[in-house]
Amino acid sequence: MDKKYDVIVVGGGPGGYSAALYCARAGLKTLVIEKLSPGGQMATTSQLDNYPGFDEGIDGFVLAGKMQKGAERFGAATEYAEVTALDLKSQPKRVKTTNGEIEANAVILATGASPKELGLEGETQLRGKGISYCATCDGMFFKGKTVAVAGGGDTAAADALTLSKLCKKVYIIHRRDKLRASKSYYEPLEKAENIEFIWNAQISRLLYDDKLTGLTVTNKITGESFDIACDGLFIAIGRIPDTALAAGQLDLDPNGYIIADETTKTNVPGTFAVGDVRTKPLRQVVTAAADGALASVFAEEFLMTLED
Amino acid sequence: MTIKTITKDNFDAEVINSQIPVIVEFWAPWCGYCRRISPVLDRLSEKLSDDIQIGKINVDEQSELEDRFSVEIIPTFLLFQSGRHGDRLIAPSSQSQIEDWLQAQRKP
Repeated sequence: MDKKYDVIVVGGGPGGYSAALYCARAGLKTLVIEKLSPGGQMATTSQLDNYPGFDEGIDGFVLAGKMQKGAERFGAATEYAEVTALDLKSQPKRVKTTNGEIEANAVILATGASPKELGLEGETQLRGKGISYCATCDGMFFKGKTVAVAGGGDTAAADALTLSKLCKKVYIIHRRDKLRASKSYYEPLEKAENIEFIWNAQISRLLYDDKLTGLTVTNKITGESFDIACDGLFIAIGRIPDTALAAGQLDLDPNGYIIADETTKTNVPGTFAVGDVRTKPLRQVVTAAADGALASVFAEEFLMTLED
Repeated sequence: MTIKTITKDNFDAEVINSQIPVIVEFWAPWCGYCRRISPVLDRLSEKLSDDIQIGKINVDEQSELEDRFSVEIIPTFLLFQSGRHGDRLIAPSSQSQIEDWLQAQRKP
């Protein structure tokens, strides 16, 4: 790892490596700092069907590797380390990592997001003992059993379908009276004989001994509660942006996302936010990749102002 | 050091009776988080070289070991030292989280 770069990209998911690709192709000395492995959330999916261009879908982990190689082909470097602190207001900006301190004239934050928790008592302890945030990862453990999915968006719908093929029964528990998910899910969900919808409901309590045994579900309209027995609960209620590094320096919205529009510019000049971590109407691989390209344009523009 | 495949047949020899600490990872081929973390283990095995052995247990093939250690979510990591293990680490989100966990358990 060198000591100084034109651009440092924090995070090696689709947003990060798209930014790195475009920055490298613009002739900027670019480094991606990644704390785990390329891909971020995308790398946990083995079947990504909605990233355009793949007529049979693509494995997210494989695509992540391709995105990394694509950026490295044009000279972007990767450092496997964790960023522990950022000083975005200084110029050049200072980046503290587990492998040393470095500087860059521009920083692109592509730190992504992680699954939102319900916030119920016992939830953390039950992770691995009945509670999961990833149906494709953990569904197999509940083969032939009864599970519940909390949520109403695309992830919850996809999870429920995956699980319906493995489990004896799947409850979908949603706080509204219809799903937010894309309509392409409705028919297969209705058709699945072992899926039962519980509408206008939220999980008010986890029931467990040394592992999850059931849920107390409360109807939001009537206030009535009832218990259901289940062996697993898949929580698919959204994401939390990874913005700890930006705290106190960048403006965040009420949900914790970095405020940045499609220019990816934040309130600090020379600092850009791409992908799931920023305010946006749709969080997908394709929108993260789009952000990366835009960030490079405005990063380059910013760097030119430094030369004046 | 190369990463070893651990089975119920070699568990005692490779893990319990190992002279050096052993990090054991419970994984499965269909597990997305496991696959995402596998490059991290490759890097760690190089970094830790001869000090710590890493072994992987495929829960699809080793259900007895899975049950013995009550593994319900993967990847789950256990560090064995002198035949005993400490607190487990479940689905870490960074390499440094694994390294911090190791540090916390290593006996001086």
